[in-house]
Amino acid sequence: MSTITPYRSPVQDGRDGFGQLLHAEWTKFRTVRGWLIGMTVAVLVIAGLGVFLVYASVAGVSCGTSGPGGQTQNAQHGAACAAPPLLVGPGGEPVTDSFFFVRQPLAGNGSITVRVTSLTALRPAADGTPPPGVRLPPVALMPWAKAGIIIKQDLTPGSPYAAIMVTGSNGVRMQWNYTGDTPGLPGAVSAASPRWLRLTRDGDTITGYDSADGAHWTRVGAVQLAGLPSAVQAGPFAASPRSVSSSTGFASGSFSHGPTEAGAVFDHVSRSGAWPASTWTGGVVAPSNGNNPGAGEYHQVAGQFTVAGSGDIAPLVPGPGNGGVGHNTAGSYLLGTFVGLIAVIVVATMFMTAEYRRGLIRTTLAASPGRGRVLAAKAIVIGAAAFVTGLVAAAVTVISATAMAHANGYPLWPQPWSAELSPIAGTALLVALIAVLTLAVGTMVRRSAAATMIAIVVIVVPYFLAFTSAVPDGIGTWLLRITPAAGFTLQQSAPRYQQVQAFYRPMDGFFPLAPWAGFAVLCGWVALALAVAGYLLRHRDA
Amino acid sequence: MSLALSAGRPGHRAWTDTLHAEWTKARTIASTGWLLLAAVVLTVAVSAAAVAATAAAPGLDLARLSLTGVQAAQAVVALLAVLAVSSEYSTGMIRVTLTAMPRRHTVLAAKAALVGGLVLAAGTVAVLASVLAGRLILPGHGFTPAHGYQLLSLGDGPVLRAACGSVLYLALIALLALGIATAARDPAVATGAVLALLYLVPVVAAVVSNQHWQRHLEQISPMTAGLYVQATVGVRALPLTPWQGLGVLGLWAAGALILGGLVLRFRDA
Repeated sequence: MSTITPYRSPVQDGRDGFGQLLHAEWTKFRTVRGWLIGMTVAVLVIAGLGVFLVYASVAGVSCGTSGPGGQTQNAQHGAACAAPPLLVGPGGEPVTDSFFFVRQPLAGNGSITVRVTSLTALRPAADGTPPPGVRLPPVALMPWAKAGIIIKQDLTPGSPYAAIMVTGSNGVRMQWNYTGDTPGLPGAVSAASPRWLRLTRDGDTITGYDSADGAHWTRVGAVQLAGLPSAVQAGPFAASPRSVSSSTGFASGSFSHGPTEAGAVFDHVSRSGAWPASTWTGGVVAPSNGNNPGAGEYHQVAGQFTVAGSGDIAPLVPGPGNGGVGHNTAGSYLLGTFVGLIAVIVVATMFMTAEYRRGLIRTTLAASPGRGRVLAAKAIVIGAAAFVTGLVAAAVTVISATAMAHANGYPLWPQPWSAELSPIAGTALLVALIAVLTLAVGTMVRRSAAATMIAIVVIVVPYFLAFTSAVPDGIGTWLLRITPAAGFTLQQSAPRYQQVQAFYRPMDGFFPLAPWAGFAVLCGWVALALAVAGYLLRHRDA
Repeated sequence: MSLALSAGRPGHRAWTDTLHAEWTKARTIASTGWLLLAAVVLTVAVSAAAVAATAAAPGLDLARLSLTGVQAAQAVVALLAVLAVSSEYSTGMIRVTLTAMPRRHTVLAAKAALVGGLVLAAGTVAVLASVLAGRLILPGHGFTPAHGYQLLSLGDGPVLRAACGSVLYLALIALLALGIATAARDPAVATGAVLALLYLVPVVAAVVSNQHWQRHLEQISPMTAGLYVQATVGVRALPLTPWQGLGVLGLWAAGALILGGLVLRFRDA
């Protein structure tokens, strides 16, 4: 009796690790020409639209030269055409700096204390005097109208400052260097409920205090103004930002800006420290570019100052709704992402549905019975491919759009380089996550047309509806909070300032959620979809 | 037999037979009915939601507001049209279809007539229900004659035009999608291409700072120009008249159908 040795194939066992599975899926992806074309189309569409937007904007500012805009455009875009570079603050961000300043030099350390008894809206001089017999409607006080005391490096617009002030409806605030903002006493100011304000300078440090009675003082904040010279300008000021209002906010998108003016009454003005002068000088601080000429006046009667001012001391907010025509953030040229996403969605859908259509899924699952692992491998491959697609597309778009704008002398929104990198990385993440989400939808639905449609309707359409104001603003805001389109906030590059009333719409480059929150919402959708897809893949016959 | 069949009025017979065959296909697929139902429900639901979410303000276009749902339903209508063609390619049915009816343009014409007819029928129901919803909901939101708003009525010329135009808009979107799907064949590619074409231009037009370009972009956009037909307020300020706008969409649909017809004619199925 001899034992028969069973036949063993001389071929070595194939490895069936996860790496092999990834390699198999990657081979499938790279060998389908149409999918590579689809990803290329996504890059071309995103970059092409970015370049087109620069081109269309540059054509609009073709001063004198015969651009496609033609002669008719010059009148309309004369302002953008002649737009000087934006005024920037100490931090490099664009700012507005125009107000009425009643000042004295402060040569060294010292402090100033005032009492504010009223802050009211005035009709701006720009409106002219009404015809006889016509009564103008009362003007509303802007929520961020401000009056108080300020210590400013010099009278150059954009120079460093620290100020403590009463505001229209945001209580006492201490603000510094345009972006800084700290709340003090709440509530409106009135003769019955005045506000005492004090600024103290000690070297580079300026400390703000407020008080309701002039006896009990609370420290609001202390800020360092690096490199403050010995002699600075200090005194009461008043300003009132331009009003912003949209006509209906829905299906029209027209908006208007108008100058406003606010007046404040100061008394109990007292100084201590190094004040070489004895008289106050009133004047408008405003940039010379004429965008915000500024207005105001002051009267001094027996220790009581009445100061009226227009303008604002604040960071600027980008976007067409905020008068920022002609100054686009580099990230705003990534607008084409939503169309490029449609191409990525088509590819990601087919990456799964083609398996069902061709019956390849049976081969795939026979070779790798662990169905969850198959889904994971597919998700990693399509996610990585989409990430690279998004990264390349965004980098090419931002670099070429910036270069093209510079070459044509077209002013861009000044931003630190980190703010320009974040929408590039954000776009790559967005495209990758949406590809994985679409793959999961394709796994659930299995049919190409339905899966593509569902993915586009839940991802791209909410963004479209909110962006173009095709639905009322309230609905649009919610769509961008709860749908996967929340992820578009990853492309936001400019910060949102709560102390500036402006349009923060998708069109202006702002989303209702912070980037990390939108990222979390999108990740939640991806996780949910992958879980459902994994469950269905495991429990349904292929 | 075959001689007898081809004897009597062959052209007419072939057309009705093809149409009948397409009707049988459409009728016996569950998705057709569901998609038509979804289009109607979506139109009415989104329109009612938009109306209910709007507070009274001066200068609002009530007809357009009450027909907001058309913008949501167009995606469903496009899907219906894409599936009418692409599913034949997915399953290989197209070869049977073309064997039975070798005149390919007749097949495409029959599909266009059938899909167009179905969408017209569903669109009529959806638009009538949306207008009715607007008529019922709007007065409760302060849109009363006392505030200068007329009750929404189809007896009003512009409102009637907006309603009829919206039905035609949906049908033309279906024909546009049908043409693109015939040219692209793959359902995912066709769906993506249709929606990209619809959504691309309005977003670009919204951010182009050059108003000259903006106006031209809106004039050629199938969606923006097509929806001009819904406008009842500020009609004079539009870059095109309402019917001209719908005509732009009609040109897009005709172009897509011609492209689809050429691809169908000259490429192997």
